[in-house]
Amino acid sequence: MSSRNGRRRVNQHTVVAIVEDKPGVLMRVASLFRRRGFNIESLTVGPTEAQGLSRMTIVVDGESAPVEQVEKQLYKLIDVVKVSDLSNEEMVARELALIKVRCNNLNRHEILDIAQVFRADVVDIATNSLILQVVGDEDKINGLIKMCEPYGIRELARTGRVAMVRGPKTTTVHEEVPESIARIHASQGRRVEGVELPFSSD
Amino acid sequence: MARLSGAEILLECLQREGVEVIFGYPGGVVLPLYDALPRYNIRHILVRHEQGAAHMADGYARASGRMGVCLATSGPGATNLVTGIATAFMDSTPVLAITGNVARTLLGRDGFQEADITGITMPITKHNYLVMRASDLALTVREAVHICTTGRPGPVLIDIPKDVFQEEAEFEWPEEVRLRGYKPTYEGHAGMIRRAAQLINEAKRPIIIAGHGVIWGDASRELIELAEKAQIPVITTFLGIGAFPEDHPLSYGWLGMHGMYYANMAADNADVVIGVGMRFDDRAMGRFKDFNPTAKIIHIDIDPAEIGKNFATAVPIVGHVKNVLPRLTELVKEATHEEWIAWIDRVREEHPSLEIRETRRLIPQYVVRTLYEETNGDATIVTGVGQHQMWAGQHYFYKRPRQLISSGGLGTMGFELPGAIGAQIARPDAEVWAICGDGGFQMTMQELAVVVDEQLPIKIAIFNNGYLGMVRQWQQLFYNRNFMAVAMTQPDFLKIAEAYGIPGIRVETKAEVRDAIRTARQHRGPFLIDFMIDQEENVWPMVPAGAALKETIEAPPEELVR
Repeated sequence: MSSRNGRRRVNQHTVVAIVEDKPGVLMRVASLFRRRGFNIESLTVGPTEAQGLSRMTIVVDGESAPVEQVEKQLYKLIDVVKVSDLSNEEMVARELALIKVRCNNLNRHEILDIAQVFRADVVDIATNSLILQVVGDEDKINGLIKMCEPYGIRELARTGRVAMVRGPKTTTVHEEVPESIARIHASQGRRVEGVELPFSSD
Repeated sequence: MARLSGAEILLECLQREGVEVIFGYPGGVVLPLYDALPRYNIRHILVRHEQGAAHMADGYARASGRMGVCLATSGPGATNLVTGIATAFMDSTPVLAITGNVARTLLGRDGFQEADITGITMPITKHNYLVMRASDLALTVREAVHICTTGRPGPVLIDIPKDVFQEEAEFEWPEEVRLRGYKPTYEGHAGMIRRAAQLINEAKRPIIIAGHGVIWGDASRELIELAEKAQIPVITTFLGIGAFPEDHPLSYGWLGMHGMYYANMAADNADVVIGVGMRFDDRAMGRFKDFNPTAKIIHIDIDPAEIGKNFATAVPIVGHVKNVLPRLTELVKEATHEEWIAWIDRVREEHPSLEIRETRRLIPQYVVRTLYEETNGDATIVTGVGQHQMWAGQHYFYKRPRQLISSGGLGTMGFELPGAIGAQIARPDAEVWAICGDGGFQMTMQELAVVVDEQLPIKIAIFNNGYLGMVRQWQQLFYNRNFMAVAMTQPDFLKIAEAYGIPGIRVETKAEVRDAIRTARQHRGPFLIDFMIDQEENVWPMVPAGAALKETIEAPPEELVR
C-alpha cells in the first residue's frame, strides 16, 4: 500500500514487469515464481500504451522472496523487458471488486447507505440481490466486504492490484523495434488464424 | 530472396551460423528436415537414444567452446532430450535443441506423438520457441543462437510443427537481432572494479575461487595475470577445474564436498574471497551459514541473478570475466602474501589429500594417477557422476580449460559416453578418455554403436566396483551400512564391447594397470578397459552432507581404514 493511502504492508512488494506480448509469457513468469518458491499474492496482466508490450503487476509475499532476487530472476526471462519494484515509490495502487450481496426489501437501503460511504456503485440489482462495484486499495475493499458480510455475500470477484508511480516518473519502455522484426515478434508462437491449414498426420 | 521450405530455411540458417554437426534421431514429423539434410554441408550423427544426442551436443560444446546442436522428433523423441537439456542448463552450456512437433492443425488435440515440449522445457532452457510460420523461422533461429551463445550461455529449444517444415516462405537472412528483453552486461562497473581492487589491496588473506565462467569466458590467461601480479592463491570449483593450471605454483586444487582439504581450509580462512565466474553452489561451499562468516566476498559474474543469491556480497561486479579481470589486474597492487601462502602450504603439507596409499588391492585413485602419468597430463577426460567422477577430478591434474568435461550441476549419470563422443567429434585429434562408473555406463551404453559408426578412437575406462559407489558410500557412512539397492550384478562389459566390435581388457590387479593403459593408447580405434577396482573404496576428503567446509574430514575414520 502507498504510504499516503495508509499503512504499508512491510512484507509485501509490488513489482511491475513490462513483458513482450507473446504466447507463453504468463506461464514463464508463473513457472519462475513457483520454481523459486516465491509466493504470488496477486497478478494482473493487461496491455500497455506500447504495441506488443504487456504490463504485469505482481504482488509478492516478501517473506518468501527477497525482492532483489525476484527482480533479477524476472529479468533473466528473455520476454521480460523491464522490471520495477514499486515498493519504495510513492504509488497509486488500486483494485476493483464486484460483490454480489444478498438483500431484501427491508435491508436494501442499509446496504445502499454502506455502498455510498465506500463510494461503491450498484451495477446490478434484483429482488433479492445486488452487485456492488468498488474501486480502491485493498483496505477499502476489505472494509466494504466486512460491512456486507452480515447480509450474506453470494459471490465475490477481485481483480488484484494494479499500480503506478505518482508524478512524471514512469515504468514504461520506450524502445522501438524495426518493423520487420516487430512483425515477426508479433506472430512468433501464435496460432495461424483465418487460413485453412492442410491436415497431415504421421 | 528465395522461396524455400521451412526445413531448408532452418538448415540454411544453421549453416550460416557455422553449425557443422547435428546429433539427431529421425522420426515422423522431422522427415521433411531429414529429406533436405543431404543438400547441406552439415554432418549428421545418428545417435541411439535422444538423451545421447543432447549429451553429445553438450560434450561437443564443452570440448570446443562452440554451440552444440541436437535434433529429435516429436513426443517421446523430444521428451528423451529433457535430461540432456537440463544438464546443459545447470552447467550453462550452449546447446541448441531442435524438435519436430505434430502439424499445426493437430497441436493441442493430443495428436499421435504430441508432447508440449516448449511447456515442458521452459524451466530448463534459457529460452524456447514454438515456430508457427515458416516465415518466422529465420529470425527465430538467429535469436535462438544469439541467446544460446551470448551472456551466460545456456540451452535453447526450437519446436517446429511438421507442416512448418513443409511450408514455403521467402527466405531472407536477418542481419540484425533485436531483443528488448535481453541485453547481457559485458563491461563491469568501473566503480565496483575500483572497490574490488581496494579490497584486494587491503587483504591479508585473499583467495580466488574460479568457476566454469572463466572457461566459458575464455579468461584463463587473464586470471593467471591477476593471480600472479598480486600473488593470490587460486582454487577452483569442480567445473572450474582447468580454468587455472593445476601445475601453477599458486594453484591449490578445488574446493567442495570432495575438494582438497587445504582448498577448503583456504576458502574458509581467507579474509577476501574473489568468486570469478562461479555461483557459490552448495556442493562447493558447504553449509551456507557457516562458510567463513567474516570473509568479504567479491563476486564477478555475467549473470546478475547469481550475485547475492546464496551469499551477501561486499562487491558485486556484473560483467564478462574477460573484460573485468584485466581492468581489475591493472588496479591491483603487486603483493606477495607470503605469510598467507606459507599458511596454506603448511596445511597442504600436513593434509596432502591427494596421496595415493600403498595398497595391494586395485584402488581407483591409483588408476587415475597412472592414467595421468601415461598420458602426460594431456588427455581430455570425460566422466559420469559419482565416485569415479570425484577421483578423476582429484587425481588427474589438469593444465588447461576444457580438459575435464563432466556434469557438475545436475549430476547426470550416463553423461560419460555420449559426452566423450561429442568431445571427440569436436576435437578429432584429442586423446579422449571416458571415465565411466559401472552404473552410469549402463544408462547410455547403447551409444557404443555411435563410437563404432563414426570410428572414434575413444578410450573407455570403466571403474567397476559392482556398486553404485557413491550411494553405497553414503549408506555406509550415514545409513549404518544398510546397503539397499546399490549392489549390481554387472554384465560382462568386455563382451558388450565385443558385440559392438570394440576390443577391451579386464584389469584386476595393480600390476596390470600401466600395461593396459599403454595397450589402449597404442590401439588406433576405440578401446575399453574394465577396471575391477576395490569394491568398498571411498572418496576422501569429504564434507558430510549439511556440514560446513571447516568440518571437512580429510581421511576415513579409523574404523574404515583397511
